[in-house]
Order: sequence, then C-alpha cells, then structure tokens
Amino acid sequence: MSKYKVNLKINNIAVSVDEGTTILEAARKLNFNVPTLCNHDDLCVAGNCRVCVVEQKGARLLPASCATPVSEGMEIMTNSMKVRQARKHIVELLLAEHNADCTKCFKNGHCELQEISNEYRIGDHVFIDLVKEKDKVQDISSPSIAKDDSKCIRCQRCVRTCAQLQHVSALAVTHKGNEMRISTFLDKPMNDVVCTNCGQCINRCPTAALTERTYIDQVFDVIYDPNKFVVVQTAPATRVAIGEEFGLEPGTRVTGKMVAALRRLGFDKVLDTDFTADLTIIEEGNELLRRLKEALVDGKDVALPMMTSCSPGWIKFQEHLYPEFLDNLSTCKSPQQMFGPLAKTYYAEKVNKNPADMIVVSIMPCTAKKFEADRPEMRGSGYKDVDFVLTTRELGMMIRQAGIDFNKLDNEGYDSILGESTGAAVIFGTTGGVMEAALRSAYEIVTGREVPFSNLNIKPVRGMEGVKEAAIKIKDVLPEWKFLEGVELRVAIAHGLANAKILMDRVKDGTANFHFIEIMACPSGCIGGGGQPIPTNMEIRKKRAAGIYDEDEHMTLRKSHDNPEVTEIYKSFLHEPLGHRSHDLLHTHYYPRKRH
Amino acid sequence: MENKIKKVDLIFEKVDHLAILDKSFKRTSDEIILDVIDSGLRGRGGAGFPTGLKWKFAKNEEADQKYVICNADEGEPGTFKDREILTQVPEKVLAGMALCGKAIGATEGYIYLRAEYNFLLPMLHEKMKEFNKQMKEHNFEFTVFVRSGSGAYVCGEETALMESMEGHRGEPRNKPPFPTQHGYLGKPTSINNVETLVFALMIANLGPQMFKDLGTFDSRGSKVFSISGDTPKAGIYELELGMSLLDFVNEFGDGDTKAVQVGGASGFCVARKHFKETLIGFEGIPTGGSMMLFNSSRSMYNILHDYLEFFEEESCGQCTPCRVGCQQLLKGIESVKKGVKPPPYLETLQKLSDTMKIASKCGLGQSVGNPFNSIINNFREEIIY
Repeated sequence: MSKYKVNLKINNIAVSVDEGTTILEAARKLNFNVPTLCNHDDLCVAGNCRVCVVEQKGARLLPASCATPVSEGMEIMTNSMKVRQARKHIVELLLAEHNADCTKCFKNGHCELQEISNEYRIGDHVFIDLVKEKDKVQDISSPSIAKDDSKCIRCQRCVRTCAQLQHVSALAVTHKGNEMRISTFLDKPMNDVVCTNCGQCINRCPTAALTERTYIDQVFDVIYDPNKFVVVQTAPATRVAIGEEFGLEPGTRVTGKMVAALRRLGFDKVLDTDFTADLTIIEEGNELLRRLKEALVDGKDVALPMMTSCSPGWIKFQEHLYPEFLDNLSTCKSPQQMFGPLAKTYYAEKVNKNPADMIVVSIMPCTAKKFEADRPEMRGSGYKDVDFVLTTRELGMMIRQAGIDFNKLDNEGYDSILGESTGAAVIFGTTGGVMEAALRSAYEIVTGREVPFSNLNIKPVRGMEGVKEAAIKIKDVLPEWKFLEGVELRVAIAHGLANAKILMDRVKDGTANFHFIEIMACPSGCIGGGGQPIPTNMEIRKKRAAGIYDEDEHMTLRKSHDNPEVTEIYKSFLHEPLGHRSHDLLHTHYYPRKRH
Repeated sequence: MENKIKKVDLIFEKVDHLAILDKSFKRTSDEIILDVIDSGLRGRGGAGFPTGLKWKFAKNEEADQKYVICNADEGEPGTFKDREILTQVPEKVLAGMALCGKAIGATEGYIYLRAEYNFLLPMLHEKMKEFNKQMKEHNFEFTVFVRSGSGAYVCGEETALMESMEGHRGEPRNKPPFPTQHGYLGKPTSINNVETLVFALMIANLGPQMFKDLGTFDSRGSKVFSISGDTPKAGIYELELGMSLLDFVNEFGDGDTKAVQVGGASGFCVARKHFKETLIGFEGIPTGGSMMLFNSSRSMYNILHDYLEFFEEESCGQCTPCRVGCQQLLKGIESVKKGVKPPPYLETLQKLSDTMKIASKCGLGQSVGNPFNSIINNFREEIIY
C-alpha cells in the first residue's frame, strides 16, 4: 500500500512524512527530541504519562506526541511556554508520587525519570509528597523479580509487556484514582502468581519499580571466602551484550574480555555454559531421535512434537497455561542446570575438590534462571546445583565495583575442562539457535553428512519473525536410521511468550503438525533476555543476534558433536546419551501449576 | 416579578414513536441528518458536540458494521435527568436510537446504563423486547441491547465507556481516532446522550424549525435541567436555553442563593455578583443539566473539598496530570486551610489546574480546573480561612 505524504511544520520547520507517522516520530526526524516515559519501541502506544505533550497551533489541548498522528497543515511547537510549563508540572507530579531516594536507589544513574528530572532541573519539592508508607515495602517474594510500588510511575510499560509481548498478564492495573496501581491477581505476592520470571518488565521499567533480585554481595562473599572454590559459567548471550554495560555497541563480541574480567573478579575457574549447551544438543538430539523411533517403529504413543526446555520462563509458562503438554517438553535440563550437577560431580572429582565447598555461579541473560536454580528438583549433585545466578547487568555492576577497566582488558580464554564449546552452542543465545544446533548434529548423526546448507548456516530458522517454520527432507540415511528415510522433519520456532501461545494454540487444536519445536520465553531469544543490558528494542536485539552469528562463524568447531570435551565426558563419565548418569544428572520433570 | 423562564415540553411529551419512525424510515439518511444539522442540536451530555455532524461523520465511514450507543452513564454529580427520561419515555429513547441507526447505517444499538440505575433494568428489558418486536413487525432492521456499567464515573467518557463495553478496564482511549471512525469493537459508532436522542426524535417529528425557534444562536432548543441544592423547587425541568442565571435563580432560588454550580462537579461555580451577566448555554456556561444552588449557610471550602475528593477517587488513574493532579489539588487546599502552606500556594495550584486542563488525556482531568478555578477565584478567602 502506498502511503500518502503529510506536510506539517514542527518548530516552524516544514517536514513531509508518511501518513500515520506520529508527531513524536516526525519531530525526531527533524532532530528535535521530545522526552517520553510511557512510550517504548516494543510496545503499543499508551499516551498516559503525558510527558511528551506538544502544542498544536489552534488547538485547545496539548496532544501527546507519541499518540497523535500527524495531519496535513499541522503546526507543532515542541518547546513553547505552554509545553514547558506543562511538562515541568508533569515531571513534578510524577516525582511527588515517586519515592525519589535516588542516591540509594538500585537504578541510580539508569533511571529514565531521573534523567528527565535532571534535564529539567526540577528543584525544591513544589508539590506535596504522596508516597504511601505501605508502598515502600518491596515485594521480594520472587527469587527473580523485586517489585517496589513506591518507585512506580504507572506508565504501564510492564503491563503492556506482560500482556502484549508475553501474554501472561501477571501484572495488571488495579483500582482507580489515587489508589490506582500495578498489581497482581488479588494483590498476591509475585512468587504466587502466573509470573514466568522472564524479566521483560524489568527491561522496560523506566524506574526501579521492577528490578532483578540481586545477589552480588552474596557472590562477593563466597569469592572472598578462602574455603570456597568458586566456579563461574557464562551463558551464550552474555558475551555479545555485556559490552553495552561499558558503552560498547550492542552485539560487540567481548568473550575474551568477559573471561578476563571474571578472572580478575576472583572466580577460581571461569567455565562456559556453552559446553553444556553442546551437551544439551547431544542429549536432546538423541531424545528427539528416540521419540521419533518410538513413534514410527515401535508404534508407541509418544508425546510429539517435542519441545525445547532451555528457557525456564517458557517452562513455567507451559506449567501454568498448557499443563496438558508437559510430556512434550524435552526432559533435558537447561544448559545452566546441566552445568551445575556436572561441576559438582565430574568436575569436582577431576580438580579434586569437595563439592560441599564448591560454589557454582552463573552469569545469565535471564532472570528466570534465578528461579530455575531454586527449583527443588535442581539438586542432582546432592547439593544445590547452581548456587547463585547473576544477570548480565549484575556482572557489569560487579566489574565496575571492582574497578576493572573492562574495555582495556586483553582477551583471555576459558579454563578447561567445561570450557570448550562450539559455534552450535553460541547460537543458543538467539531465537532459532537451539533448533539450528540440533539440526546440525541430528542430521549428521542420521545421515553421516553435514546439513545441506551453505557453511552450516540454516537460514530458514533464523530471523526475528515471531513464529518460524521449516522442514528438512531426510534422505540417504545410515542403516540404523532406516525408519527415517524420506521423512520430512518439520520444525517450528517461537520467541516471546505471546508467539509461543500462538504456536501452542495451533498444536492444541491440531492444526500444527511438527516434530520439534523451539520456544524461548523472551523476544528474540536469550539475547533479548530479562537480564540483558537496558535499553532494549528490535534494533539492539538484531545487532546482538548478528554478534552471535559472527561468533559462531569464527569458531573452529561448529557442531556440538565435534566438541572434544563432550566426547570425553561421554567416554569417561556419562557413557552414553540418555544413559543412567544422564538421567540422574541431566534430565528433569515438570509440574502443572495453576492458571492464576 | 416577571417570569422570564420558559418551560418547554418536548422530552416528556408522549408521542407515537412508531409513527415517527415510519415516517423517518421512508426518508434518506441524508435527509434525516440534514434536519438534525439544521436544527442546531448539540450534545446534551455536556460537551455540546453538534449532533448532526457526529451522525454525518459516522454515516460517511465505510464499514461492514456500525453501532449506536446511548450513553446512560449519567454520573455527573447533580445530574439525574436521564434517569427520569428513561423512566418516563423509554420508548422515545429507543426510537431515537433507531433513528440514529437509520441515519448512520447501523443495525445495532446499545444502552450503556450506569450501575446505580440497575433498578431500571427489568423495565428496560421489557421495553427493549417489545421495541425489538415492533422493529421486526415494521421491517426496520434495528435491534437494541442494554448493557450495565460497573460504577466508574470515567465510563461516562465515550471511549472509556466503549472499553468498558468491550470488557476492558474503563480507561479513555487516545483521540484521534474518534468513535465515529473507530468506536465500539473498532467500528464506526455514534454515541449520544439519552436526552440528545429524544430531541433528535422530536426534530424528526416536528421538523427543525420549532427547535430553532427556541434558545439562542449557539444554543438552540431546550434542555432538561436537574435542579438541586438549596432550592424549594428541586426537580427536573425542561427549560429554553439562553436564560440568564439571575432569572434562573429568581425562579428556583430560596432567596439566599450565594452561588450556583452550573454543570455538576466538573462545571463552573458562579457567584451571586456574576448572576446577571451569566448566560446558560454554549455562549455562556454550558451544562449537562446539573444546576446546584448554594445559599449563604454553605462553606465553599467544603464544597470544593467534596468535589476534589470525588475526582481524586474517580480519576481512572491512567494519565499523570489527572491522577496526581487531583490528589495535589485536594491535599493542597487542605494544607492551605491548615496553614501548612501559605495562601499564595493556591496560585501554584491554579497553575497546575491549568496544566491539567490542557494536558490530561480525557475530559475528566481536563475539567477539574473548572470548579477549582471558579471557586477559588470567587471565594478565595473561604478556602484560606
């Protein structure tokens, strides 16, 4: 559809923009910045904070520029007397209901309200302080997310995130007028509601109303404890995002610097979740092949399509909303939770450490991982498998606190063992990555040949489309996989729980016919995780994804089954995929949860 | 004293509503709409948008479905005329909706009834069934439904009302798009006040001239007033528009009227010294019908305090100027009264109410400044001491 051009003037400068453009977008096109709070690139328009009001010649009201489309002949002033007064008033009002203890705040220096307040030099308290004492009590019931109503400015970004991007609606607007607030079903604590701990709300909260539960001090404590042997694992998506904490472009590959920083922070060994990502592919790939064999050869009633289980937000979503499909979830633990028990058994033995004295810390792009590590079934080693989970942002904070000049660090490599990985593991960090890694290995296991895609890049499963589908014809198989000859393996990928719901509803009503489904709770997968640097938007996530694929291409090994450490662990410890030890340490089960 | 107040009887007059519809359905949409435009009828809910234009906009939209909504969420404090209209002449309201349906090309109409009027539901359901049957018998393609609100004042705002009807939280939408383009369920919708629909029916019945003959240039016709407060004649009256407030007070006051709140809590307070030059109508002070009279025994501080408590609670809480502004105005006058803030703080608050007027998202926040500024300007010392 061709778009009409609309001519208007902003601050007396003529501009011509597409029909449907907002005043805000048109102003930014002319390099006039208009402050915003409730507006977010990823979310539908709200127009409720009113910080972005502008003056329109001839109009009685000041339109919200984020919510008002341009019209022909419009004359807009973005900084008139009226606008300045109104905008100052609005910021002052927001501050009056905001617990502005900025210097003691977790988001100090990273708060959008603080930024605007600073810009307008809001001085003395003009208006009466309205913060309620009861709101100053944080909800820290969830191991992942802390909610502080006294910091909330009611912009509803979190509400829109939870509903629009995630289709969870754990957070919603309740009450009205002076009692209006963002709350949960029946005001229950966050750990008692449908919240999946994905943390997408945190990524979009302009203030500190929603933050991750932070465990930095606990981690420093164990680092400084001479009796503890502290190992750290880093998730795939952290290495293309942590640079943003130090002013680098999104997607900058800083794996080597991150490793160096972790070593300087005092971790005894710096290991890689990518190792267990490779291991996941072997276990999960074999699980898929076993399910297919049971279905096609043995005629058993096997739960298909099989669904990935790497994303703990997605797991909890499934437990709440689609409990009837729990058997379809791969029983494989996520790479983080495979790493924990292996560190405290196999690795402890290799390095001759008592697992009781060993602490496993993980650096994750994710807040749901904090919840996952706390799940009671995640104690396969006999201890809590993963002791502490920090987000990418928390690692950034630790590095700054320790006075490490991140950007000047020389690259260093991971320790061995549990440090070796392949490109297949790195791409776990973006949507479609687990699928691509699984296909690279499964296809080769079955046919003895590499996947028929140029340079191993399985393009059909890549990209930011909400739900992706692909099919691979399996031909000329090895003798033991005869039953797969000619089978078209159909796969689907969804990222963001709203897309997961679209896909799951199709599975539920029988209109989808897939063998294998990858789902990641967060938009764009782990690179867009709830623990990643703020801000986030599609452009940033695309850059991070590009970083991930770049990292993959630069790896010597790019298929999980080529990882020599993986080969070794099967030889000396696990013996076979889906074997007894794997069952004890690497696989888990799921529980239905209530809808609310 | 000469009685300058002219009582009119268009709304409550019993008519053969089916005969009017018979006549109207033979005409074209444009003919019906032109009559309404020609009559000068403006919305009787308070905002005063020209009804004929609204219908024309809705008619001009292309859509597979359009809707008529009768706004019976009469929530403005001091207004109770729609209740009476619905009780006395429900069939005229329903016929007005059908007329609007014919004009804009809608086949479904909804009455959105405020929760506090639920006692009317059994009667309205009866009337609705009977009316829908009559529509079928006359081969008019129009069906009426009744929906009940849940008690929020803000749901009288047209877009919040539609959100509520759709099962969402009653929060006003961004405008544009306007309801005539994107209304109930995203379809073009004409939403009109109860009284407006009945006037439209009467214009279809008697022609626009009789309506034009009443009132003033900007405020044609008559209007149903809800009169309350310190008056021996509290009640509902249909009066010609354009009278002066002095004439009004002479007719309805108790001889000791100090101020009149015109247009309900969100309207303007007029002090005795301004009665003479104040005209009731769109040239002067418009009203959705509420006229509250206060005599000298009343504290204007208490009145303003009550209004602000009402707004503080009834703001939907969505937009900053309204949610926080209402609280600030209320706490602000309390602080001045207690001497915690100095008297000039009232000017700070008046500036704030000016911002609320132009920066709030909907009519609720935009109108809080009306009572606030008019009461403070007229009775500043009563607020302070």
